[in-house]
Amino acid sequence: MNKNKEKLLNSRYRAEKRFQFYGKSAIFLALLFLTIFIFKIFSTGYTAFQKTWLIVPVTFDAETMYLDENPSKEDLEDADYFDLALQTMFNLDKSASEKQQNDLKRMVSYFFEREIKRELLNDPSLIGKTKDVYLTASDDLDQVFKGNYPRDLPEDQRRVTDYQLKIFDQLVEQGRVESKFNLSFFTYPDSREAELAGIASSFMGSIFSILVCLVIAFPVAVLAAIYLEEFAPKNRFTDFIEVNINNLAAVPSIVFGLLGLGILLAVFHLPRSTPLVGGITLSLMTLPTIIIACRASLKAVPPSIREAALAMGASKMQTTMHHTVPLSMPGTLSGTIIGLAQALGETAPLILIGMVAFVNTIPGSPLDPAASLPVQIYIWAESAERGFVEKVSACIMVLLGFLIIMNLFAQIIRHKFEKKWS
Amino acid sequence: MNLVIFIFIVLLGFTSYYFGRKKAYSIQATNTRLTALPQFYGYYLAIWCAIPAFIIYSLWAIFEPSIVKLIILSDYSNQGYLDDELNLIYEKTKSLSRGQFSGEITTYLETSAEKYLNLRSIAQNSKVVLILAIIIASIVYGYKRISSNNRTREPVEKFLNAVLFTASLAAILTTIGIVFSLIFQTIDFFKVIPLFDFIFGTHWYPAKAFVRDASEPLDPSMYSDTFGAVPIFAGTFFIALIAMCVAIPIGLMSGIYLAEYASTKVRQYAKPLIEILAGIPTVVYGFFAALTVGPFLKDIGTAMGLEVSAESALAAGGVMGIMIIPFISSLSDDVITSVPQSLRDGSYAMGATKSETIKKVIFPAALPGIVGSILLGVSRAVGETMIVVMASGLAANLTFNPLESTSTITAQIVVILIGDQAFGDPKTQAAFALGMTLFLVTLSLNIFALRVVKKYREKYE
Repeated sequence: MNKNKEKLLNSRYRAEKRFQFYGKSAIFLALLFLTIFIFKIFSTGYTAFQKTWLIVPVTFDAETMYLDENPSKEDLEDADYFDLALQTMFNLDKSASEKQQNDLKRMVSYFFEREIKRELLNDPSLIGKTKDVYLTASDDLDQVFKGNYPRDLPEDQRRVTDYQLKIFDQLVEQGRVESKFNLSFFTYPDSREAELAGIASSFMGSIFSILVCLVIAFPVAVLAAIYLEEFAPKNRFTDFIEVNINNLAAVPSIVFGLLGLGILLAVFHLPRSTPLVGGITLSLMTLPTIIIACRASLKAVPPSIREAALAMGASKMQTTMHHTVPLSMPGTLSGTIIGLAQALGETAPLILIGMVAFVNTIPGSPLDPAASLPVQIYIWAESAERGFVEKVSACIMVLLGFLIIMNLFAQIIRHKFEKKWS
Repeated sequence: MNLVIFIFIVLLGFTSYYFGRKKAYSIQATNTRLTALPQFYGYYLAIWCAIPAFIIYSLWAIFEPSIVKLIILSDYSNQGYLDDELNLIYEKTKSLSRGQFSGEITTYLETSAEKYLNLRSIAQNSKVVLILAIIIASIVYGYKRISSNNRTREPVEKFLNAVLFTASLAAILTTIGIVFSLIFQTIDFFKVIPLFDFIFGTHWYPAKAFVRDASEPLDPSMYSDTFGAVPIFAGTFFIALIAMCVAIPIGLMSGIYLAEYASTKVRQYAKPLIEILAGIPTVVYGFFAALTVGPFLKDIGTAMGLEVSAESALAAGGVMGIMIIPFISSLSDDVITSVPQSLRDGSYAMGATKSETIKKVIFPAALPGIVGSILLGVSRAVGETMIVVMASGLAANLTFNPLESTSTITAQIVVILIGDQAFGDPKTQAAFALGMTLFLVTLSLNIFALRVVKKYREKYE
């Protein structure tokens, strides 16, 4: 009898241990996913911050540029650099056949002409002289140099030819290949060529959308929250507004995209693909988030504050505007920032309103067509070229960096400025 | 020009604030008792100055274009043009008047363009005159009210109250906007495609509807067997199911562990770390699923001799499940913590172990709240877009094999609406019909879940 009891007790203890183990492993799994995730993004993305340059000697021959003697600044601006640039590449292997010459040309980005031109414009005295110029390597060679591209594939399955590899290896041996910080990733707009693609256009698009979103959502949400928390009578209509807000907070984001498409674009004829429309759509989405945060922080202001103000003869409106609202601001602001961070990561509604279009200019105002960072991630992730994989990861790193900064900022505001009532 | 008027009104509003306050001081100087603080006099005058002008200004901005259009097109009214052609003529007129027109210029167009410019300048001038008149009239009125020392605080506060109330209508307006944007297209869609075919049809090939000659009238028979949504509904349900299979056990167990077992220190670090998973943008999950998880599952499958699609439902659903873990874990954590301590103490007093208490006492007590949190998770999974678009297939296969690719409502909306859309095309309308379905499904899930959670909270408060 006693033995049976002990057995039962032991099995109950084992069940207890097992249950605890399940709990621990659930947390472990969740954190493992997070780690794998972040590791994967960083390990594929960090190489995008480096860019491979080929250092090629350029002979600035006036004849190849069709320039007269003593050309003026304008002449240099208008000169034809293409032949010079081609000649420079062909000079890497003077015995190249026509097909091989074509390969040589493809070893650098199609910006090579402009890079040579910039060099000469910086120093016009170079005419007739030879100088080493940094040229952006093509994305395939860039990937080869970073070791992301298997070299041992058969030639017909590779985008780099054996000939290009041979020349490239010669250049590496001569120390004419260099890897430097990829500034153009931050300053160039999107491009079809991976080596020239940057996030400047989508970054500005994101900034403009978020600004539009902030300008619209913040005042409306704060005013609405003040009304609902401080002034609204307890009746059916107020309940109806509250139900609406709670439900809007849980409506899938893509439905807001349909709203933007069906109302903003189709009825109001706002310009397509612009941060203006994107921002308005996002603001409708963040509205409930900010309202809920603002109401919570208004609710946290103790009634004694209000009673004191009312006792001093302030009107209800004065009490609210002079005392309750300023005291609730830290909570409201941190809620707003969190809402904006959500909006910053939103993709689907922006795709529907056309912010997915290929934009190779940097937008200067919310009325110019633009993409946004998450949409840029989507666009690049959908393209087949290998060079874009690391770009996507790098873009994700930038986006996550922004989200982390925004959330930290929200935390700081909350902890530093929020009054603790006890 | 519009901007100038706008800035003018704003500046005038500010100056009238100071003007009104000054008036209040001067009344005070005559030893008369003010009826409100001096700044209310300022607010009062500023509101009178700016608000009527703004109302006129915005009404004008809304109605001017359509009235001008009406007048211009009245010249063409009895010549038997179609609506679309009239619109085209109007657009041509506008671009001609701006000097950006590159097509053939007819005399008709030229006169229209001239008329257009003429009308615009008349409209512009009369707008300026009208707004100025309104401003002067209302300032004079407001100033008179102030001068006779009328009450100013009450009207100003009433006005502010009205502004607050209007702002709170934004939520309702958004809901109305959503319903409106969806409903008309949906109704048009069901005029062409019978509701029955949509709900019970088993073939979904919206691409087929694209190859249509726009000039020919719509022939509903060619759309039979094109917009049967069963494969999409099934795919949505299936992917959500896979997601919940990942999210429920992990989310629930970590919620329980955090609430009942974890020390304050573990809780302090683990909880925010898990919640990071909820803050990662979904497009990032989509990329992760497409780049890492999909190929990984494919390799494993190939090694085991299974046919696995690189865009399998398993990859999309699994990653979506990871995304939902924090929703379930933190909600169920909250729910479990709010179960009264007395229930636990009672169970311990009877000699139950901690896990027995959790399983037999706390879990049943917290069940409604947990179900609510799971339902909210399901509604997330149903509405999730980017993971499916990027990681699962875009073709709607009717399958329940997790290793094949399927599609969901959200993914189909994106597939249909990405790029240029033609309103009035059944294909575009189909996306809105799907959106309507999605909205209704998630709405009912949310209402139900929120109600369950609320009921539960009331029980223990």
